Amino acid sequence: MSENGERQMPGKGLLDGLAVTLKTLTRRTTTQQYPDVQPDLPPRSRGVIALSEENCTVCMLCARECPDWCIYIDSHKEEVVVPGAARARQRNVLDKFDIDFSLCMYCGICIEVCPFDALHWTPEFEYAETDVLSLLHDKNRLGEWMRTVPPPPAHDVLGEPSKEEATAARKAAGPGAATAAKTARPAVVRPKPAPTPEAES
Amino acid sequence: MPLWLDLLIRVAAVMAAFLVLPLVIGQAEHKVMAHMQGRVGPMYAGAFHGWAQLVADGVKFVQKEDVTPRDADRTVFRLAPMVALFPYLVVILTIPLGPGLVAQSLDIGLFLVLAVLGIGVIAVLMSAWASANKYSLLGGVRGAAQLLGYELPLVLAAASVAMAAGTLSLPGIVEAWQPWWLIWQAPAALVFFIAGLAEIRRPPFDMPIADSELVFGYMTEYTGLRFAFFLLAEYVGIVVIAALTTVLFLGGWHGPMEDQLGWLWTLLKIGALSFVIIWLRVTYPRMREDQLQRLCWLILVPVSLAQLVLTVAVKSLL
Repeated sequence: MSENGERQMPGKGLLDGLAVTLKTLTRRTTTQQYPDVQPDLPPRSRGVIALSEENCTVCMLCARECPDWCIYIDSHKEEVVVPGAARARQRNVLDKFDIDFSLCMYCGICIEVCPFDALHWTPEFEYAETDVLSLLHDKNRLGEWMRTVPPPPAHDVLGEPSKEEATAARKAAGPGAATAAKTARPAVVRPKPAPTPEAES
Repeated sequence: MPLWLDLLIRVAAVMAAFLVLPLVIGQAEHKVMAHMQGRVGPMYAGAFHGWAQLVADGVKFVQKEDVTPRDADRTVFRLAPMVALFPYLVVILTIPLGPGLVAQSLDIGLFLVLAVLGIGVIAVLMSAWASANKYSLLGGVRGAAQLLGYELPLVLAAASVAMAAGTLSLPGIVEAWQPWWLIWQAPAALVFFIAGLAEIRRPPFDMPIADSELVFGYMTEYTGLRFAFFLLAEYVGIVVIAALTTVLFLGGWHGPMEDQLGWLWTLLKIGALSFVIIWLRVTYPRMREDQLQRLCWLILVPVSLAQLVLTVAVKSLL
């Protein structure tokens, strides 16, 4: 009995099943011979997280947002004497930046939240270890992954110019010049409201 | 040729068939099942498409520890795999490959085959009871119910073809076979094949070893070589059921150039039927226990009884 209540030829379902398996037998298999043949991954695959140490300001946003608490950061402050400044400036120096990949769930929140592009996804995935403790990558190991980060996607030619470019252009043009917000899209001409006596007075 | 040499050659040939054919069919099952599921199956063992996978499995099984549970009935537990394997060895002895090409021609070959196949129930019950394991016992009781039930349509279907041929000798049945028997004996052939599948507990009739509910049924406690014997028995079972169906219903060695190539025809038919057995396993889900018994008692037994009536009617008309 089929779903709509009509009776089929008895045994048709059994024959259909046989036909499905026989058809699959003649088709090409979908098996990927992984260790012999590298998989064809999409360019933005989430394999492992890379750290660009010089971008990191030790703001701790990534460590705080991490749902698994698997990012460990230690730092100290250093005084930097800036010539011409009244006082020496303070700067954060990174001592430890570890990500424990045995805890990481690859949500990517740390990368999303980083305001200075210090963390990046890379498509490398072959870092399995025989000891679970070795999955704790320190900042040197995370820094090595930077070599495998794919270049960022090209800028959308129809989109707004990046904030940095717009700011640079505005500074170069001097005060009062067109801003990115003004040039990005044609200004919408709004119908002016009818002048009222109160408005005029 | 002296008698001892003749005997030696026959025994050696049967042993070779007993060891080689199940391996070939097991490998075919690996590959066919894989491709029917869109996979490629074993690819590494033996370098070329994993042809040596079952040899590697055998080596692995030999290396494993032979565990006997503490509460098990040791003698019975250890004997059961041999009891499961031995009947099939005897059956292979009587199956004719070509005209005159049979290890032991018996006038009551069919009778012997059916009697010996029944020993399978004993092996199942032995392993189930001796394991001292609830899952094993449940599987064994299911197996016994299934094997006893399906014995009846199996014997009735075989009886029909024996009546048609007027002999119980397997080579005699093949000689008496004519192509139009394919239609005359078709219901019996179907019943025999399905009941045979149930006798060797192949999916969709693998309720006794249903691995998702009974761990592995009566084989749960077996390890190493004894477990390998059970697996070997399953694959020899495929060979035996395919060979018996070939000999009884598909005309054995009959085919073009049967005087020279008769053995090849028998082997081809056995291979084709084995493929169908694998195909059915890949396609159908396991039958529930009540569906299994219903199929046996309400469909197969009546059909085989009707076939007996039909055989008698046609036979008396001729």
